[in-house]
Amino acid sequence: MNAPAYNFAYLDEQTKRMIRRAILKAIAIPGYQVPFASREMPMPYGWGTGGVQVTAAILGPQDVLKVIDQGSDDTTNAISIRKFFGKTAGVATTTATSDATVIQTRHRIPEAPLHAGQVLVYQVPIPEPLRFLEPRETETRRMHALGEYGLMHVKLYEDIARFGHIATSYAYPVKVNARYVMDPSPTPKFDNPKMDNCPALQLFGAGREKRIYAIPPHTHVVSLDFEDHPFTRYRFDAPCALCGAGDSYLDEIVTDDKGGRMFVCSDTDYCESRQLIGHRGSESAAPHEERTHG
Amino acid sequence: MAEPQDSMQDDQPLLVAENVGKNYGRLTACHDVSFALYPGEVLAIVGESGSGKSTLLQLLSAQLAPSAGRVSYRMRDGVLRDLASLGEAERRFLFRTDWGYVHQDAAQGLRMAVSAGANVGERLMAVGWNHYGRIRDTASSWLERVEIDTARIDDAPRTYSGGMRQRLQIARNLVTEPRLVFMDEPTGGLDVSVQARLLDLMRNLVSELGLAAIVVTHDLAVARLLSHRVMVMKGGRVIETGLTDQVLDDPCEPYTQLLVSSILPA
Repeated sequence: MNAPAYNFAYLDEQTKRMIRRAILKAIAIPGYQVPFASREMPMPYGWGTGGVQVTAAILGPQDVLKVIDQGSDDTTNAISIRKFFGKTAGVATTTATSDATVIQTRHRIPEAPLHAGQVLVYQVPIPEPLRFLEPRETETRRMHALGEYGLMHVKLYEDIARFGHIATSYAYPVKVNARYVMDPSPTPKFDNPKMDNCPALQLFGAGREKRIYAIPPHTHVVSLDFEDHPFTRYRFDAPCALCGAGDSYLDEIVTDDKGGRMFVCSDTDYCESRQLIGHRGSESAAPHEERTHG
Repeated sequence: MAEPQDSMQDDQPLLVAENVGKNYGRLTACHDVSFALYPGEVLAIVGESGSGKSTLLQLLSAQLAPSAGRVSYRMRDGVLRDLASLGEAERRFLFRTDWGYVHQDAAQGLRMAVSAGANVGERLMAVGWNHYGRIRDTASSWLERVEIDTARIDDAPRTYSGGMRQRLQIARNLVTEPRLVFMDEPTGGLDVSVQARLLDLMRNLVSELGLAAIVVTHDLAVARLLSHRVMVMKGGRVIETGLTDQVLDDPCEPYTQLLVSSILPA
């Protein structure tokens, strides 16, 4: 028997079947980490092997794929994964959030609201939110099973005791569907409210840790907090230097060695589409002006 | 802060052990132990190393399943229930609310990398406390009660001395106002003056809160200071039991006589 040298979207059909079963189970139990037989992918761990396997398992020939890395469509990771599926599945790719049917993301949720029918695939390095407090996997699984989540608040308590506020700014723990506490992958906590009641399906794949979990559309997702220290979003207090947006998550970019910096949207598609319809920021190139005299 | 004791409840035992035994293959670690512990009572289990004290403590605290007999506990609703019939969730809940467990090695009973305040507050957060200010206030009042400087509330216990760790462990266990505390050699490895201070503190807390306690120790001085009743174990069996003063001042069994006479005169 000769195995075919090529299969749609890289993975063989039996592997995809196994991953789809894990995904279905994950969707049935929102926030629960389902173990799966993660495969070796042609990229190193930490580059999104979990996300790539989930994407490969759900991708169809009609899908339109968008890949972002820290919100950006044009970083190495995003480009190489987009090319990978362009080559192995021949699917259409895009950078426009609203045109995509499958969006694989590392560490951001797009600014443009997602709509029904879209799937957001997260790349997850460490799926276990309790890991840094409880190193034993047997124990964390038991804690999830019994819903013992006091320990998660110990972490938040420590933050307040040390810094005066909840200083956790990414991978901020959430409770999904009033049951499982989940690590939303290292997205900034700015994005946490977008996960709540989202019309799109959200899938999380951790390749090295061999776990898949999910938030089905329109699921209740609550960020953990204290009554007297409620959850707050965080963003730099500045408009985007390129498009002037005052509501988007910003990257800080150092521009010289004298302390110069500028803040720009981390979501490149959002920033570019705003610039396209005429929004300007403080660092935008000045529009061309005809010299009328002199 | 001690709640007035409900006299109705005082008549009924809190923990009942009936013919409890544990075998590891052919080795009998513990054989045919029966007793009843009443609210507010402190029971010391004494004996030399390998006599089955720690195994018995683990059986009583439902960390080990007995090979024979059963252990029952009167829940807060007044019903006496067999510990083996409790689900894991119930057992763990009991363990972090109505019970305390003080380990000999504080590192086993504490989270060494998180602050003292969070160590004390963890049980409160586990039962759903969700107000940082209140958790912190409760934690600092407990630190005060166990004589730890509240200025050190944000320090991790690994920066604490051995005696402070042990006192912190006690605070962490008592914060949910348990009714029963298990102590496994609570003064082991501490120097004599620190031991004395810790024993003094424990004696006060036990009488103030009306706690029942089961203390495993090989140190007869600890038994004499803390406990009302003593059980002497040897080779997995209880060979003598009675009021502390009675057993220690007038031991019947040759082995107990040996134990008592082996204390160095002060």
